[in-house]
Amino acid sequence: MALRRFDLEAGGESFAFKPETEDKIAFWRGKYPADKQRSAVIPLLWLAQKDNNGWLSEPAMREVADRLEMPYIRVYEVATFYTMFRLQPVGKFHIQLCGTTPCQLRGAEDLKEVCKREIGKQMYVTDDKRLSWEEVECLGACVNAPMVQINDDYYEDLTPDSFAQIIGRLKNGVEVAPGPQIDRVNSAPEGGAKTLTDAALFDGSRNAISKLPNLPEPAAEASAEATGKPDAGAPTNVKREEPTAGKATLIDTTSKPEATKDGMSAPKDKKD
Amino acid sequence: MLQDKDRIFTNLYGLHSPGLEAAKQRGAWHLTREMLAMGPDWICDQIKASGLRGRGGAGFPTGLKWTFMPKEVRDRPHYLVVNADESEPGTCKDREILRHDPHLLIEGCMVASRAMRAHKCYVYIRGEYINERHALEKAVKEAYEAKLIGKDNVNGWDFDLYVHHGAGAYICGEETALLESLEGKKGQPRLKPPFPANAGLYGCPTTVNNVESIAVAPTILRRGAQWFAGFGRPNNSGTKLFCISGHVNKPCNVEEEMSITFRDLIETHCGGIRGGWDNLKAVIPGGSSVPMVPAEQIMDAYMDFDTLRDLKSGLGTAAVIVMDKQTDLIRAIARLAYFYKHESCGQCTPCREGTGWMWRVLERMARGEAEHDEIDTLLDVTKQVEGHTICALGDAAAWPIQGLIRHFRHEIEDRITQYRLPRAMVQGAVVTAAE
Repeated sequence: MALRRFDLEAGGESFAFKPETEDKIAFWRGKYPADKQRSAVIPLLWLAQKDNNGWLSEPAMREVADRLEMPYIRVYEVATFYTMFRLQPVGKFHIQLCGTTPCQLRGAEDLKEVCKREIGKQMYVTDDKRLSWEEVECLGACVNAPMVQINDDYYEDLTPDSFAQIIGRLKNGVEVAPGPQIDRVNSAPEGGAKTLTDAALFDGSRNAISKLPNLPEPAAEASAEATGKPDAGAPTNVKREEPTAGKATLIDTTSKPEATKDGMSAPKDKKD
Repeated sequence: MLQDKDRIFTNLYGLHSPGLEAAKQRGAWHLTREMLAMGPDWICDQIKASGLRGRGGAGFPTGLKWTFMPKEVRDRPHYLVVNADESEPGTCKDREILRHDPHLLIEGCMVASRAMRAHKCYVYIRGEYINERHALEKAVKEAYEAKLIGKDNVNGWDFDLYVHHGAGAYICGEETALLESLEGKKGQPRLKPPFPANAGLYGCPTTVNNVESIAVAPTILRRGAQWFAGFGRPNNSGTKLFCISGHVNKPCNVEEEMSITFRDLIETHCGGIRGGWDNLKAVIPGGSSVPMVPAEQIMDAYMDFDTLRDLKSGLGTAAVIVMDKQTDLIRAIARLAYFYKHESCGQCTPCREGTGWMWRVLERMARGEAEHDEIDTLLDVTKQVEGHTICALGDAAAWPIQGLIRHFRHEIEDRITQYRLPRAMVQGAVVTAAE
């Protein structure tokens, strides 16, 4: 658990959604039953955060509560519980640096040093209001470690050098392409994948089958028996005859090995 | 090595389009109507026969889980909720499905919904996966436009799918916490019973499944349960997405057969261990919540549920975190302890207080500022947290530490001794000061 408090001073007195956000609000609210509109609280808070320069002020929370007809405290609760809701101002580009073990093993701590050098301490906003950073927990891109998330995008496979370069570009307003920063495509191994190269996967030949396997047909049952699985294959009225069949094997112990030897057809004959 | 023709996730790396036409070309949405027409019992039986075990970590048989839903729909609607809140450190497989093969997931949702007589499905994506969410939303829109899902669709089962997102809480990967979060509350797990199959989302019968478990279902039905059951050892069947991170030469995601040996997995796909096999120290084989396994035990072990359970670890989400001999294991586990401290929801006292306590002690141990008998105290505290909380986060916080002490106790002892040697005269004073 982390203790998280509002920044009341920076939040000001009021908040209003941008006009173009109204469509999105309607879109999200439409996903939930009419009497369960409270479900939309996280998506709406997220939209409010987007409209409020990347952080969530107290008036913004009240606006969301009013729209969903929720008590304010229930919205405060949600906003302080979920760590993606930032309760104090952040820079235009907010860097979330993953520091959990898989990233740590591949050098996240060096990246932290870069942040401290280039930006300052955690949650400090640079004077031009462009940059800020914080350490977060696993962002779920562990095979591309170490990585950071800058606003919406993931920047993966970083080194202190390439990361410092990215920060430098953000400072100067130059665009940076998200994704892996080394020679690899998404989560494929570096230098290209050796799997998923078979052209037959992509030419439509997977749609060649015209019938599902294992459909319950009499013929399918018979074939299950024929492969030597009488128990699995005969589920219906045959069961009633089991007691007599069981007795026969119990009494006649000498013939038991024979019965299993030609078990392919023998039990079936009995049932018929 | 698994052959390409047997792979389910054919666009794992995003080399091809995730769009509907391309997905159909790769085999998605083929014979879906026929599957749905067979009804719930047939679908559940097929999934049971395939031996599919849940891919979210616990490994519970998926087909069996589906049969727990009520057999008929009464006054309350049924819901399927897909758990795409992938936050277990080491795990990044669902992300690839969401952004590169979303149609397999949507089709799977429809088939699973049919199996549990649900007409509505929510996919709960973690908040950080913003681009992944947009990719899935786009695919859902395509499916609606092509009348594959929605009211009066071509597949003959009314079905609505909604994408929902969280906002950065690991605990929402726990199924009841996820439902709480989806209802617009703090993600704090519920007491069970009642189980979600009786009273889940909005108090209605609900089943929560992992993305991968759902996304493999249509392909299993198309190619037959026996095809899927043919991979891996008995009780551990199928193919599985592995995420290999840490100290290997080429970390990657890959779909492989269950019960592949660790050595094969690393050699075939990851270009070996950094510094060679002699340099391997320990492996966390199933995401951060399972105990680590030392090199000599894991090297030739099968990567499946039963083998790893016998090694006192687990397959979990098949997120393999490899650590070589240059790793400071105590520091690595201390970082995990910090993770659990950060992510504890604060509901149960043993976990809320215990995770912070364990982290602080481990931080000191990583520096060596501790007493030798504190190792036993720490072990004792992990046992007090384990099993005494509503959800499994307490267990998950305890197990990595237990694994560390079980296999590398000597390293902690050496660290403490090293720290004390130059300070022999004032050791008591130093320890109290460090508090």
